[in-house]
Amino acid sequence: MIQPLTATPDARIPAGPLDRKWSRHRQDSRLINPKNKRKFRVIVVGTGLAGAAAAASLSELGYKVSVFCFHDSPRRAHSIAAQGGINAAKNYQNDGDSVHRLFYDTIKGGDFRAREANVHRLAEISLQIIDQCVAQGVPFAREYGGLLANRSFGGAQVSRTFYARGQTGQQLLLGAYAALEKEIARGNVEMHSRSEMLDLVLVDGHAKGIVTRDLVNGRIETHAGDCVLLCTGGYANVFYLSTNAIGSNVTAAWRAHKRGALFANPCFTQIHPTCIPVHGDYQSKLTLMSESLRNDGRVWVPKRKEDCGKAPDQIAEQDRDYFLERKYPSFGNLAPRDISSRAAKEVCDEGRGVGPGGLGVYLDFAEAVAEFGEDTIRDRYANLFDMYAQITGENPYKTPMRIYPAVHYTMGGLWVDYNLMSNLPGLHVLGEANFSDHGANRLGASALMQGLADGYFVIPVTVANYLADETPGAVTAGHDAFRETEKSVRDATDRLLGIRGRRTATSFHRELGLLMWENCGMARSRQSLTEALQRIPELRAEFWENLRVPGSGESFNQQLELAGRVADYLEFAELMCHDALHREESCGGHFRVEHQTGDGEAMRNDEDFSFVSAWEHTGDFSKPQLHSEPLEFDVVKPSVRSYK
Amino acid sequence: MSETLNLILKVWRQQGPADVGRFEEIDAKGIPVDASFLEMLDIINERLIENGADPVAFDHDCREGICGTCSLVINGMPHGPKQTTTCQLHMRSFRDGDVIWIEPFRANAFPVIKDLTVDRTAFDRIIAAGGYVSVRTGAAPDANSMPVPKEQADDAFDAATCIGCGACVAACPNASAMLFAAAKIGHLDSLPQGKPETRRRVLAMVRTMDAEGFGNCTNHYECEAACPKEISADWITRMNRLHNKAATIEAVR
Repeated sequence: MIQPLTATPDARIPAGPLDRKWSRHRQDSRLINPKNKRKFRVIVVGTGLAGAAAAASLSELGYKVSVFCFHDSPRRAHSIAAQGGINAAKNYQNDGDSVHRLFYDTIKGGDFRAREANVHRLAEISLQIIDQCVAQGVPFAREYGGLLANRSFGGAQVSRTFYARGQTGQQLLLGAYAALEKEIARGNVEMHSRSEMLDLVLVDGHAKGIVTRDLVNGRIETHAGDCVLLCTGGYANVFYLSTNAIGSNVTAAWRAHKRGALFANPCFTQIHPTCIPVHGDYQSKLTLMSESLRNDGRVWVPKRKEDCGKAPDQIAEQDRDYFLERKYPSFGNLAPRDISSRAAKEVCDEGRGVGPGGLGVYLDFAEAVAEFGEDTIRDRYANLFDMYAQITGENPYKTPMRIYPAVHYTMGGLWVDYNLMSNLPGLHVLGEANFSDHGANRLGASALMQGLADGYFVIPVTVANYLADETPGAVTAGHDAFRETEKSVRDATDRLLGIRGRRTATSFHRELGLLMWENCGMARSRQSLTEALQRIPELRAEFWENLRVPGSGESFNQQLELAGRVADYLEFAELMCHDALHREESCGGHFRVEHQTGDGEAMRNDEDFSFVSAWEHTGDFSKPQLHSEPLEFDVVKPSVRSYK
Repeated sequence: MSETLNLILKVWRQQGPADVGRFEEIDAKGIPVDASFLEMLDIINERLIENGADPVAFDHDCREGICGTCSLVINGMPHGPKQTTTCQLHMRSFRDGDVIWIEPFRANAFPVIKDLTVDRTAFDRIIAAGGYVSVRTGAAPDANSMPVPKEQADDAFDAATCIGCGACVAACPNASAMLFAAAKIGHLDSLPQGKPETRRRVLAMVRTMDAEGFGNCTNHYECEAACPKEISADWITRMNRLHNKAATIEAVR
């Protein structure tokens, strides 16, 4: 069972009023002399928005940077797939937006499970991010007057979202990637693509390097630095089917956790309401349809079960249930992600779902097409409509889309303090990989904001608070700790290759994913979680007896890469279920069926659970040690989150 | 149960850059029509592994047409018969009994790593040569301080939508990377933020492209036809114009 609570390390939240904390912290942060900066080497793992932005910005400051990614190019990181947009409190629309309002919306959207100080800093920095990206040549959407356009986005009543058609993540990432390439060309950044981090090297408790596998030739390598930045994204693929890229994985974060880094709020996962439904058991991923579509699309199912088999145009207006508009009149189709997802699940559970298996709801553009014309709708969403048509073979201009919720983002991640440093000195964690600023639920268009805030504007200030007390280059890869860690990586690789069983890594991954989706997905219960906690170790045991990995370790071997990632998910899944079981409340994306109101809304328990759960690895997956960081709300008083 | 197809695959197998490589015939029975092309390869690979054979290596990641990782030549066409990425191609585009030839993106500048996987880092080096705006983090003016006409911003976006997959190179008889380079040069030249560096950028990127072993454009327009993001070959015209101007100024200075 769970051990008694102990406190996390100090979160180092600066003193002073909320809206002065960041500016004060910037003033109080340590500076490093330019001549000394170039003696420090920073290791950056991952090249998404957080990693590419951090690497480029630190290099511009003069630090030497070594960057690693498992992709063939840093431009491929999964930030590239973000569709909808990025929030900033610019108030260019004069609709009453402000830093405080963005802060407030994010705290409330996160169901009061995020740190006030971090979220306020994020809202402040949002202003600079847009400036930075425009200066880099990011082609944001513009109005005819030449100024930037905005739209409103899930869960916000102001138009604060900047976008580049449905490809905002792509354009922002290409901006950060270009900045990174600029620094590579200058010779200040060493880039290692097709290189996967497999362990963290600790020297006297400090993160001083990593062990990687060169994915082309299989060589296990060690790399030393003065600190390590993990920017390795989220763990949604623990569910096998998710909107994440196939390669997205928890490996770097999990292996750092096994070396002592605390893992915070792993059960906070986001189910996105607008994805293309599952269509077969061979399916490898789920495709997101940006929720910007909900600005113009109306979500509905038939009122009567009997109508579900009919073609949508055969169902009369009065026989349709626009359930989001009915249940949440003030937000309607723009209700936040967790709320919309659960509402879709409810109507499908009632047997009113549409499409194969009854797991789908309609997202209907008929009214918008009638009002604005097909050309306008095409102008807004062409790439999304095309993608939908490619995948389903249906024409969404004529027939309503069918959508269903899918796992999309993970709010949990490695625990970090205000400086984005984990409890392991020197190990910093940025972007989705940290437990972040989103509490129990992330609002639309906030992930890009956080990744870039961490990379461009937070870490360049805060990393000096660690480095200023370090002697640059004091640790080299010749240190014993590197040899030992390298050996443990080699042993783990040999172990995977040596099982020579009968099942593929994918088959284990698929089984784990289904188990997690059913037991730790959109609705969780004591019973479902207890069952998962029993079945995960059994599946893991079978994995280590019956896995088949073809080929060798000394070559390009995609099955070996996959096997290592699945092995980590099989361990991580257990921690996720422990966390979900321990958190006896419903909040944001974490919905425990035991804790709901009469009409099925989430019931938070501020009295007992207003804290961050940060888990320590004890060596025994069934007995993780829980640390808690109390959440204090000085400015926003936690209230029942209502979107009615 | 949805409809299925029985297909014969002719797959390029190559152990590494030094190996000569060959086609291998693989039976692909019972492939669901709703599966994507890459899911079809997943199914094949699961079967190969279960039978103790070496699975087919291929690059892929996002599987939603945006990361640019997937890179197959299918029946002689980069990304196959539809103008989309391989990951967005679905098996309903094929018929029962079809023979499907699957090859890597071929170019001297894209050496084969294994089977269908190639090394496209030359593209990164072309970008590093100048495919950016030289702005430091923190040095930016307010985003709305410089209006950009909507048409110009839309043009910039049309070029910036390039996913760097390399289909243009694979489609070109000269293995030219001119559409790739032109898209980036055109994107940045369309915006006031990128314009100041156009001359330097176009010279450096074109020279790097040549040095990496890509060929030159001789107006086949295969790149435009293969581009999953429908980037127009007009950008190459624009790049040539910018290049001539920059080279002339460089020569007379």
